[in-house]
Amino acid sequence: MLLREVEYARPGTIDEAVRLLAEHDGARPLAGGQTLVNVMKQRAAAPDVLIDLAALGELREISVSGDTLELGAMATLTQIVDSSEVDVARPILAEVARTVADVQVRNRGTIGGNVCVNDPTNHFPPLLVAVGATMTVRGIGGERTVPAEEFFVGVYLTAVGEGELLTRISVPARGPGSGDGFAGVTIGAHGTYIVNAAATVADGSARVVLGCVDAVPVLLELDQAHEASARKAVEAASLEPPSDVHASAEYRRHLAGVSAVRAVRQATERARG
Amino acid sequence: MSATPARDRTIAVEINGEQVELEVPARRLLVHFIRDDLGLTGTHVGCDTGNCGACTIHVDGEAVKSCMLLAVQADGASIRTVEGLAADGELTALQQSFSTHHALQCGYCTPGMLMSATALLERNPRPSEEDVRYALQGNICRCTGYVNIVEAVVAAGKGA
Repeated sequence: MLLREVEYARPGTIDEAVRLLAEHDGARPLAGGQTLVNVMKQRAAAPDVLIDLAALGELREISVSGDTLELGAMATLTQIVDSSEVDVARPILAEVARTVADVQVRNRGTIGGNVCVNDPTNHFPPLLVAVGATMTVRGIGGERTVPAEEFFVGVYLTAVGEGELLTRISVPARGPGSGDGFAGVTIGAHGTYIVNAAATVADGSARVVLGCVDAVPVLLELDQAHEASARKAVEAASLEPPSDVHASAEYRRHLAGVSAVRAVRQATERARG
Repeated sequence: MSATPARDRTIAVEINGEQVELEVPARRLLVHFIRDDLGLTGTHVGCDTGNCGACTIHVDGEAVKSCMLLAVQADGASIRTVEGLAADGELTALQQSFSTHHALQCGYCTPGMLMSATALLERNPRPSEEDVRYALQGNICRCTGYVNIVEAVVAAGKGA
């Protein structure tokens, strides 16, 4: 397919990448390209300049520092699946990454891309809100951090502004007596989600985050990590999810309750060890 | 590196062991570079939306869909296409197994299947049926129903 004309640069440092993003109107960062290249084919996006982040090795690093798992924004989903650091610190991330699309997409697709696209059906936005991740955003004026629950601001929109770059995602390591769960209904095995839910249980309370039912992930905090309270909280949230060819709004609302219960059940079982 | 934005760029790639250097427009998809610029038409364009996997190749040893990459993104990379499998004219064990197990009908998806399965066998030389099905999730075949493809890959792993 023929894409619209575009300029391309592959900077060697993060500072250079941020400077290029700030200098050029219509510039967009290019991570793995597993969404961006496709939307460019459809001309749903038509950036004038692509700033390829491929040479920024430090953005691919995965490490643990203290009680925090640090994920470079350019870490691929395959890296996350294979990472011993992720496996020890927060295995739910690898478990979910393993179910994104297919091998080829996971080999190129990055966690930073997954969240910066902020498609409401993506896996990682609700999960990162549930686990209480913190996002580090670099701009020409310096670095700032944004909690995941404030990072997702609208459909395809995040707190990353023009001329800024998501560089790092920090996830608290799983503590003793806590557990994570993820559940949902997809179109085909490992396909697009119709509804998903992530849950984190700690000290008897739970954070449940629903995806695909609103423009941004919907966070529900439960005092008690019970299936019944999860169902009740979803009902009380008065969700108004979209209707489409795959599911009516009413069916999505129903699935939100089912997914929340399943995610809380899984997280609770894991919290017990 | 190449930090000045430009519409055209000279890229250098190693493809099936050969060094190639060519100027390409930034908007050119890697699959078109491979097929049209290099004349390696074994890599197929099936859906052009990233779903079907007929365009699967290896970039630095990893299976990727070449319709979802720009050619400029491959600058500096080592690429292997289906033509690189039987480089000396002798079929690989996997290719022979596809023939033995009748793992293709129209053959359109086969180059992508072979590249995905080759990547799997390089990581996991004796995959189970479940491993094979998981590894081929990104490759669609509309003829076979997959049964013979999966059998062929499992058998190639067993050296059968």
